[in-house]
Amino acid sequence: MQVPETPKDLVRTPLVTNERSLSWITNQVAQFIENKPPMWWWIALIFSASVAVLVPYYISYLIGTGVGVWGLQNPVMWGWAIVNFVFWIGIGHAGTLISAILFLLNQKWRTSINRAAEAMTIFAVMCAGIFPLIHVGRVWFAWWLFPLPNANQIWPQFRSPLLWDVFAVSTYFTVSLLFWYTGLVPDLATIRDRVKSGLAKFSYGLFSLGWTGSNRHWRNYEKAYLLLAGLSTPLVLSVHSIVSFDFAVSQLPGWHTTIFPPYFVAGAIFSGFGMVMTLLIPLRTICKLEDLITVKHVELMCKVTLATGTMVGYAYAMEFFIAYYGGNPYELETFINRAMGPYWWAYLAMVSCNVITPQFFWVKKFRTDMRIVFILSIFVNIGMWFERFVIVMTLHRDFIPANWDYYTPTKVDVLTFVGTFGMFMTLFLLFMKFLPMIAISEVKGVTPQANPHHKLGGAKEGKH
Amino acid sequence: MAQDSQKLHGLLAQFDTPADLMHAAEMIRDHGYSRWDVFSPFPIHGMDDAMGLKNSKVGWFTFIGGFTGFFSGMGMIWYMNEFNYPLIVGGKPFFSPIFSFPVAYELTILLGAFGTLLGMAFLNRLPRLHNPLLKHSSFKRATDDQFFLLIEASDAKFDSSVTRQLLESTHPVKIEEVQE
Repeated sequence: MQVPETPKDLVRTPLVTNERSLSWITNQVAQFIENKPPMWWWIALIFSASVAVLVPYYISYLIGTGVGVWGLQNPVMWGWAIVNFVFWIGIGHAGTLISAILFLLNQKWRTSINRAAEAMTIFAVMCAGIFPLIHVGRVWFAWWLFPLPNANQIWPQFRSPLLWDVFAVSTYFTVSLLFWYTGLVPDLATIRDRVKSGLAKFSYGLFSLGWTGSNRHWRNYEKAYLLLAGLSTPLVLSVHSIVSFDFAVSQLPGWHTTIFPPYFVAGAIFSGFGMVMTLLIPLRTICKLEDLITVKHVELMCKVTLATGTMVGYAYAMEFFIAYYGGNPYELETFINRAMGPYWWAYLAMVSCNVITPQFFWVKKFRTDMRIVFILSIFVNIGMWFERFVIVMTLHRDFIPANWDYYTPTKVDVLTFVGTFGMFMTLFLLFMKFLPMIAISEVKGVTPQANPHHKLGGAKEGKH
Repeated sequence: MAQDSQKLHGLLAQFDTPADLMHAAEMIRDHGYSRWDVFSPFPIHGMDDAMGLKNSKVGWFTFIGGFTGFFSGMGMIWYMNEFNYPLIVGGKPFFSPIFSFPVAYELTILLGAFGTLLGMAFLNRLPRLHNPLLKHSSFKRATDDQFFLLIEASDAKFDSSVTRQLLESTHPVKIEEVQE
């Protein structure tokens, strides 16, 4: 039977371009681990590690002096710490979306970006975890959050969403780590079989658990991976819903809304994809991974950003509409105050970065131009930080006008936050050096050479 | 079988493509071997059927983990807030499955994930820190771009010349002996 040739426009761009061989993929990913790190890596590491030092420095200063060193004052008792917490935890969500939800949806393009995105998730959750911990004021009592009886034999009370949050965030961190590690095992085995030095051989050998690539193992492994993806999907949706409960379960106008959980989740994925693009666009060029993280991958990420950004924009509009339509004068006043009160500039930054920026991604020319995507992704990050700032600043005008005040952060607030960026970048650079940044075995699995029914996989004419 | 210091672990056949490996696996399966395995740098779709393997049992471990997580979450909150030290907060009930749900839900996922990973490790008998294959020099490419099939010498049907002939009929790149 004559099979007609596929029209040119309908040919799918392959996920690994230039028909690279399996060993090329191994070499290209492993070379960064095996070779001496380049100069730019050292410079970047020293720079980010010096910025990261701000974190322990200002935390010790905070604990030694008291929360007065922050800009918190009545009525704004949740300042930058909570803004930064929600910002970082939101960033993490794209990693889980890529690794779990896209896996369940059988989106094969995820394989090139999931490893780095999951690493980003873990490091972002580490940065996020710092803030609520130091925000409790008397840090030495932070263990009251754990299910342990205190000195009066009183247990933590589980009616508070703040306690749910403790469980949600710690579960999120642990499960993300387990999922990441599960994915790493076969790739660590690849590195183990290549490295020369004794220490490296020992460490990669230890952490690869003696993996051989046996099909009897792959069978259980693939099932476990699928189940972990199935567990992470409801997890990622629940974590940011629970984070939003911190606000929504309270009885403040502007916070007590049912739209918060879905709106927070969409915002989290939006901001996370912004961060994934900010990290991966330079990385693919510097590490020469253009054939693995192709323009198609970036384009697809832009589309997810466009979709979630538009959802966020819809939520902003709907929130405002319900404030009016709900007929509650306090609710309406809060929203008008958000947009036109003393913090109008933050509201403007939020709307212009989050609603307008992603709309550029309708145009293919912008989606495929790496410089434009990179710049727009930074705007997404900025915008999503401002979104959390706007929400927390709802506090600045509470029920008694005599209490009203204008919150400004102090140097300590700002520099602790800057420090977490240093910490994040330091961890990410170390990840680049010591672990395979691309899921080698998964990428190989989506190439035509891996398909036993494809010509390149060894299939012969007329046989399977 | 040689009984000197070097004991035979098995015969290892090397293949270039997943399709060749799959055909070889089908043949070994049909010859009724039981202690044999194939090795590839990535999971090959359809290989479980070619080897005659049934569905993996990892799901049971996930279920046990998740089940334990959910009920220990609910039980913990009931014990702490209703039974051991009831504390009146905001006129809310001491225990209710509604407000306990987020925590129990998270613990379901947490212990379910641990169950999955530990169950997978248990079923695969990992971590395994010594494996004769990992000392074999050509086997290093099993995590790179080559495909292997091993028939262990401990298999009841193993016979070095017959098994070697069978492996040769699958057209491998080469066949090697792996020592213990």
